[in-house]
Amino acid sequence: MRNVWIIWRKELRSYFVSPIAYLLVTMFAVVFGFFFWNALGYFVLMGMEQQMRGRSFPMNLNEQVIRPLLSNVAVIGLFVIPMITMRLFAEEKRSGTIELLTTSPIRDIEIILGKWFAAVTLYACMLLFTGLNFLFLFKYGNPDWKPLAIAYLGLLLQASGMLAIGTFISTLTKNQIIAGATTFGVLLMLWVLEWVSGYESATWAQVLGYMSVTTHFDSFAKGVLDTKDAIYYLTLIFAGLFFTARSMESLRWRS
Amino acid sequence: MITVKELTKKYARTVAVDHISFEVQKGQIVGFLGPNGAGKTTTMRMLTCFLPPTAGGATVAGFDVLEQPLEVKKRIGYLPETPPLYPEMETGEYLEFVGRLKGLSGADLVKRVDYVCERCAINDVKTKLLGKLSKGYRQRVGLAQAIIHNPDVLILDEPTAGLDPKQINETRELIKGLAGDHTIILSTHILPEVEQTCEQVIIINKGKLVATDSVHNLQNRARGGESVLIEIAGRNGALDKSEVENRLQQIAGVGRAEFKTSHGNRNIFFIESQKGFVRGDLARAIVESGWDLNELRPAAMSLEEIFLQLTGAEAVEATKEAQ
Repeated sequence: MRNVWIIWRKELRSYFVSPIAYLLVTMFAVVFGFFFWNALGYFVLMGMEQQMRGRSFPMNLNEQVIRPLLSNVAVIGLFVIPMITMRLFAEEKRSGTIELLTTSPIRDIEIILGKWFAAVTLYACMLLFTGLNFLFLFKYGNPDWKPLAIAYLGLLLQASGMLAIGTFISTLTKNQIIAGATTFGVLLMLWVLEWVSGYESATWAQVLGYMSVTTHFDSFAKGVLDTKDAIYYLTLIFAGLFFTARSMESLRWRS
Repeated sequence: MITVKELTKKYARTVAVDHISFEVQKGQIVGFLGPNGAGKTTTMRMLTCFLPPTAGGATVAGFDVLEQPLEVKKRIGYLPETPPLYPEMETGEYLEFVGRLKGLSGADLVKRVDYVCERCAINDVKTKLLGKLSKGYRQRVGLAQAIIHNPDVLILDEPTAGLDPKQINETRELIKGLAGDHTIILSTHILPEVEQTCEQVIIINKGKLVATDSVHNLQNRARGGESVLIEIAGRNGALDKSEVENRLQQIAGVGRAEFKTSHGNRNIFFIESQKGFVRGDLARAIVESGWDLNELRPAAMSLEEIFLQLTGAEAVEATKEAQ
């Protein structure tokens, strides 16, 4: 456990001494802010229309702003996550520092967990900044905080799974660009897999649809903690880290 | 301290290390010598548990590299060919990071970091970014990280490669200074380095063990008997060289007596004995013949010549090119 912490600190440090972390956090905050502004603008427009026509529909911040907004966060994640994970192992392999880590009295799994936790931490920082936007909602409206918290938990789980996949892909190459591009491709595929369920209802299509990272977020976005979906993300994390461990092992046999 | 038995590493098509066995005693400096691509790095990587062997095995400080890698890693300090440095870290915090990785903490860690900085003379770059250090400093920081946890065994892969002559000397002195506390294996393809720093030599070529012995014994062994250089002067300023050759050749045990060069009346002869010491007989014969014996000294065979004998000319050519 102590070793995981040592690696975690080192990784997080190297994110934050280079411009990477600041760049990614800023990018994330700006794009999310734009999403937020749009969602809110639409909500305000609907409210004004109602007043003008004298009709009243039930208006709900959670349903009409927060839910669609957070469902879209994965889009930003899709671009940001490869940039977070691509360097994790590729850089160490290129510079030879991987030899230092693997010849130190520390287990592979501790290296992997430390690196992955650091990536998750960085992503959590980004999410934290998006939280600032919601402070306005709480100040001027009265949304329910519990579904919001569950949605954030879902976002973190979803990202953790995608980060685990990115971590795995980073062990496959010395080249950061290749690692990043491959991760992006794989995540994009996992994202669009659900499309098949739109026109096909055979078993294979259902399986493909189930594998998509986006469909499982729906329940979280609604504020419902569904075990089935939580388990999907946990499985994704576990599979990603498991393959990372296997890949590190095979690195030794091959190199 | 280190026992290697039938260690073998095969890759898809090539055999990088082929049934190598040797032993290293505690406190020794051992030179691991061979041309480029001989399998030095692969062997070292197996000793440090970076690569698993295909067959055979090795123990370090009594622990098997396959069975108890964590125990082995605790006792080994390793400097790979390129020092494993993170360019965005400062020297001091890098050493702290490595120290923590190796299990140090608290006051111990601070003490060891100070100690290795002092020992490797890197105090003046302690707050500099590693990416901005010169080659010589990078190598020294690499050495510092290898000894930070005071390991029993130090494994250094070409510690002087790419340094200028002054830095090479400094690094060699540093390594020699470390010898008392640690058992050291260092690999190199530069022959004088072994003669200057090591007590024991392990020579490998094309993955096979060619010789393992002390530097001194190796020189004797390759020589067979002894070779001697003699400087002789004639009484009247003139000397019949072939007469001298003939006379010396007659002495029992002398295999070859040959005139080398002369500077005025100083004539140098090279004598090779088949076995045993012949210096006494040589001196007597020369004096009795009425010549002046100015000098008589053993002609030590350089390691380079031994290496040539053992691995064949090809390998030495490669070595010279690499230098």
